Amino acid sequence: MNKVLGGVVIFLSLFLFSASPVSASDVHGEKKEKFSAGDLIIEHITDNHDWHLFGHLSIPLPVIIYKPGNGLQVFSSSRFEHGQASYNGFHLDAKNHIVAEDNGKFYDLSITKNVASLLIVIVLMLVVFISIAKRYSENKNSAPKGLQSWIEPIIVFVRDEVAKSSIGEKKYEKYMPFLLTVFFFILFLNLLGLIPLAPGGANVTGNIGITMSLALLTFIITTISANRNYWHHIIAMPGVPVWVLFLLTPIEILGMFLRPFVLMIRLFANMLAGHIIALSFFSLIFIFGEINQWLGMGVSVVTLIFTIFMTMLELLVAFLQAYVFTMLSAIYFGAAVEEHTNHEHPPHAEISEHIEEAAMV
Amino acid sequence: MELVQPAFGLVFWMLVSFLIVLFILGKFAWKPILKALKERETSIEDALRSADKAREAMENLKADNEKLLNEARAERERMLREARDTKDAIINEAKGKATTEANRLLQMAREAINNEKQAAITELKNQVATLSIEIAEKILREQLKDSAKQKELAEKYLKEVKLN
Repeated sequence: MNKVLGGVVIFLSLFLFSASPVSASDVHGEKKEKFSAGDLIIEHITDNHDWHLFGHLSIPLPVIIYKPGNGLQVFSSSRFEHGQASYNGFHLDAKNHIVAEDNGKFYDLSITKNVASLLIVIVLMLVVFISIAKRYSENKNSAPKGLQSWIEPIIVFVRDEVAKSSIGEKKYEKYMPFLLTVFFFILFLNLLGLIPLAPGGANVTGNIGITMSLALLTFIITTISANRNYWHHIIAMPGVPVWVLFLLTPIEILGMFLRPFVLMIRLFANMLAGHIIALSFFSLIFIFGEINQWLGMGVSVVTLIFTIFMTMLELLVAFLQAYVFTMLSAIYFGAAVEEHTNHEHPPHAEISEHIEEAAMV
Repeated sequence: MELVQPAFGLVFWMLVSFLIVLFILGKFAWKPILKALKERETSIEDALRSADKAREAMENLKADNEKLLNEARAERERMLREARDTKDAIINEAKGKATTEANRLLQMAREAINNEKQAAITELKNQVATLSIEIAEKILREQLKDSAKQKELAEKYLKEVKLN
């Protein structure tokens, strides 16, 4: 009976979410260990040195370590034997982190699961957009076709509704490559994360390192392109009494860093939450299944419905978060290059708008 | 806590790969795509504008044609009327001329007839006079054949002529 249950779960998991629940069924079925939903979820949403496919099958990924004085080392993560063995003075700890046995300083540049996902998305993006661009330059002034007609409305939307409306007709062009790249990068990663099978399923946009890098780029571009007007508003808000400035200027300076920070947290938290919720629904099957296998099967029907609903929602969130990140980046760029002071719309109004939006999302 | 600690390697690869993608796509994808989109938009806008213009020109042309047609119609009407008028005038003139000519000829004929008549009368008168004289001469000669009668006549005239 357990086998049947496992088969059903494998079948469902192929359609619904990442391959991790399968490993849970192994845990449940073979090793007779107590099922831990927390471990399952943490294993899925954190980065890994190998890519778990199903059952005991996983792809080892290359480990790249740079240790000052020791040079660059490249070897397969299978050398660690899932934390059982150490190699060249390194081993994996319980959280799948590489640690040096001599406690020396080293840089871990390994191609982890997330980095591999990143590379897949990059190849995907290059193939998709360069082939589309080719069609654009080959068939000028003709109606879009195939993939091009799916992508074109999004490009036009980012250009007209995001860039033009937030940055302005005159200056938006300079920021278009970044905005488009960020939008599709996040979108592709989000969508890929929804696919349960490899090469999908990795929780990349729900990783703080990824969102931090993206927010950092937005922050750098904002700061580099900021004009006098922007700095003037931050350091000494025009039309405000001097004594208020003592209060306002620190807030503005803090706000300058807070904006990219919020950008980072929002994408991270949204995507992470989506993965955790979907996995939690799955874990319910096993939790109830441990109590009684019939109960587990009954719950799996309910869970199935919930998971379908969540996947639909996540599909929406995938687009929404890509849009929100791009939109807010564009608004920050727009604020940085705004020419004359518009007293009717002081920057705080804009920020409070963002906060409302953030609360909403 | 592990969740909110960015991993150095991931951030490194993320930044490197993202910047490479940004560069490559910016150069080989976004630039041509955005350019093509803009070109297409301008060409569509141009096409719409020129279609508008063509329609306007068409309307103008139509109006022009209508005007021209109306003018032509009016012209034809006018020409017909003029032709009719001219025809009438010519006929009338011809009629008038013919009448006067006829009258003139008639007058001339009448005058000629009159003249001839006068001449004929005059000649007739002369002939009558000559004939009368000849007749009178013959009568006189007959009557005055014997001298007695001549004497009687002379006496008679003498009687008439009273010596007063």
